[in-house]
Amino acid sequence: MKTVTIGLGTCGISAGGEKVYKAFMDELKERPGAFILKETGCIGMCYREPLVEISNGSGASYTYGEVTPERVGRIVEEDLVKDEAIDDWIVIGEGREPGFFENQVRIVLRNCGCIDPGSIDEYIGTGGYTAIEKAVTTMTPEAVIEDVLASGLRGRGGGGFPTGTKWKFTRGAAGDKKYIICNADEGDPGAFMDRSVLEGDPHAVLEGMMIAGYAIGADEGVIYCRAEYPKAVALLRQAIAQAKKRGMLGEKILGTDFAFDVRIKEGAGAFVCGEETALIASIEGRRGMPRFRPPFPAISGLWGKPTSINNVETFANIPWIITNGGAAFAAYGTADSKGTKVFAMAGKVRRTGLVEVPMGITINSILFDICGGINDDKKFKAVQMGGPSGGCIPAEMCELPIDYQQINRTGAIMGSGGLIVMDETTCMVDVARFFLTFTQAESCGKCTFCRIGTKRMLEILVRITSGEGTMDDLDNLSELSDQIRAASLCGLGQTAPNPVITTLKYFRDEYVAHIVDKKCPAHECQALLTYTINEACTGCQVCARACPTEAILGGKKVLHVVEQDKCIKCGKCFTVCRFDAVEKN
Amino acid sequence: MEETHTLDFKPFNVELWKFDGHAGALIPLLQSAQDTYGYVSEKAIDYISHVTGIPAAEIYGVVTFYAQFRTKPLGKNVLKVCNGTACHVNGARSVYNTIQDELGISYDETSDDGQFSLLSVACIGCCSLAPVITINGETHGRLTSQKLIKLMKEQKRLVRATATAMQE
Repeated sequence: MKTVTIGLGTCGISAGGEKVYKAFMDELKERPGAFILKETGCIGMCYREPLVEISNGSGASYTYGEVTPERVGRIVEEDLVKDEAIDDWIVIGEGREPGFFENQVRIVLRNCGCIDPGSIDEYIGTGGYTAIEKAVTTMTPEAVIEDVLASGLRGRGGGGFPTGTKWKFTRGAAGDKKYIICNADEGDPGAFMDRSVLEGDPHAVLEGMMIAGYAIGADEGVIYCRAEYPKAVALLRQAIAQAKKRGMLGEKILGTDFAFDVRIKEGAGAFVCGEETALIASIEGRRGMPRFRPPFPAISGLWGKPTSINNVETFANIPWIITNGGAAFAAYGTADSKGTKVFAMAGKVRRTGLVEVPMGITINSILFDICGGINDDKKFKAVQMGGPSGGCIPAEMCELPIDYQQINRTGAIMGSGGLIVMDETTCMVDVARFFLTFTQAESCGKCTFCRIGTKRMLEILVRITSGEGTMDDLDNLSELSDQIRAASLCGLGQTAPNPVITTLKYFRDEYVAHIVDKKCPAHECQALLTYTINEACTGCQVCARACPTEAILGGKKVLHVVEQDKCIKCGKCFTVCRFDAVEKN
Repeated sequence: MEETHTLDFKPFNVELWKFDGHAGALIPLLQSAQDTYGYVSEKAIDYISHVTGIPAAEIYGVVTFYAQFRTKPLGKNVLKVCNGTACHVNGARSVYNTIQDELGISYDETSDDGQFSLLSVACIGCCSLAPVITINGETHGRLTSQKLIKLMKEQKRLVRATATAMQE
């Protein structure tokens, strides 16, 4: 009998996956026992969601993409009943979407989109919970730490601090009570790999936390999860309950003296809580403001006890490392950066979604070999890496390998792995303004330079994008950047100027065009645009009616004209025109 | 949206309060209050202060620090515009402008008839469908201005239909 598996990660649901699931349920009611219906997480091919995998009993499988409830009937009729696959709709299978999976190495995402995240048995079926068994029954905590050190794994949340070293410090810290915290407060707008891992393979994260607990001597773990991820929270709760029932969490785990329990703390929405000490303050019920370090959380963390804080992706790597050995992990990557990294691909790229690649692969390779290049064959301009703390890397530099040091040298950072692709229609000044809007709003307000400095930078950027900037503004931006970097306590402030610094460095000519020529080369900054109407105009008068200032002249079936002195550049005519007759320049 | 005088926190407060030392339960308590009433009212803050002994000013400080908490009730229909990086690059601003035109409200505002509230969110996490909005939790992706105008008209029609049905 065939099994139908539907991708119901948040991306799948957003694309209509639940409706597709329901349609299959209805079909199943009419033909009881005709097929087995299951759900899974995100396999990474978000651009083809909703995805429906069909597998026969012998393990062979293929996947239909962009399935709608209307298509379900035909899939059931032809494929499941008559056993005739609908070739045109297959997106994963022999010869489909070349390059997307072939160039990936999936360690973190090993189970995502393959198993039912709600089933502990399916996780165990793929070798789950054997790593914790190996650790607690055959390894000392020190040996676990040694193995993680040997793997070269660095924190995947953005900091890039060696995970083994962090564990070693926490293990060595004085005190009986210690904590493990899983940072699942993925706040970087444009990154969604942690969400996908939590939704696709929650047990792997739990197992990683357990191994960490064993290594450092902690008996309690806290998952600090974004409240905006309700599906992830629900699946984690379920996973914890299942693990407790099986005796994988609680006292005397696997018949040993190791005890470990995990609970979830829902975050309340603050980007700064990605910073360790702010996150701890938030768990303790206070405003999430960072404090001075040292003491580091490894010495004095949650409730003053030694605490190791690691990110979701970091934890998801751990069971694989313990099972396969640190050396197997270190076999991937470069001298400085080992293993793999998951990237969330978004923006102007053909194949958006999640990809996991070995470190050392070039940005171009991710972009063109795996993700199929730029949308609509437009000109590739830059990638933005590292979110609000990161920077823009211009297209000319994208032969750069993915490696912590190499990326830092460009002024961007690896960050959590958001990779936003920008083409010729993206204005780099506006991108800088966008990120500063974000960091300015998210600054906790503790440090003056971060609180007021980011505000001043934002004001300057708004001025420039409105065509009111001066060349002095560029010097002021540079100066403010240096000061904010130097005089902020935490990572948020120290990195907040990065988007401005990198765009100023690589795209200074765009700033100058805004200031001197009063033009936005990407035609994005509204105040700097001129709207005109071309011959495609049919004289339908829709734009004239939409115009709030009556700036559009021309009667019925007569070519319309925009009166420039009346035009307030609101762009409404451009929005309402169905004939592409309104041009912006 | 005026809540009653007897704020009943019993279903959750006792259990939450036993959690990991008292202070750590403040945020879950506030989350429960918001779940129950749709926002954190002054009364809810007073009540939590009374139960926990944490000064109301301190609680207010926590409430205003986090993006999740609202101190005003929301409209019947909640629209959220995603302003993540991917949505921004793919035109979140023109999405916002169109909604503003159609509904006559800006971010963090509720329409006069109490029907629509408009919020901005940092990232919903479905970047591959950018630009994205959610209406009452349901996601609408790959928006174009034409698609959005249609969607807004549909929303307004639904509201009118409900109102007429209520009158009858």
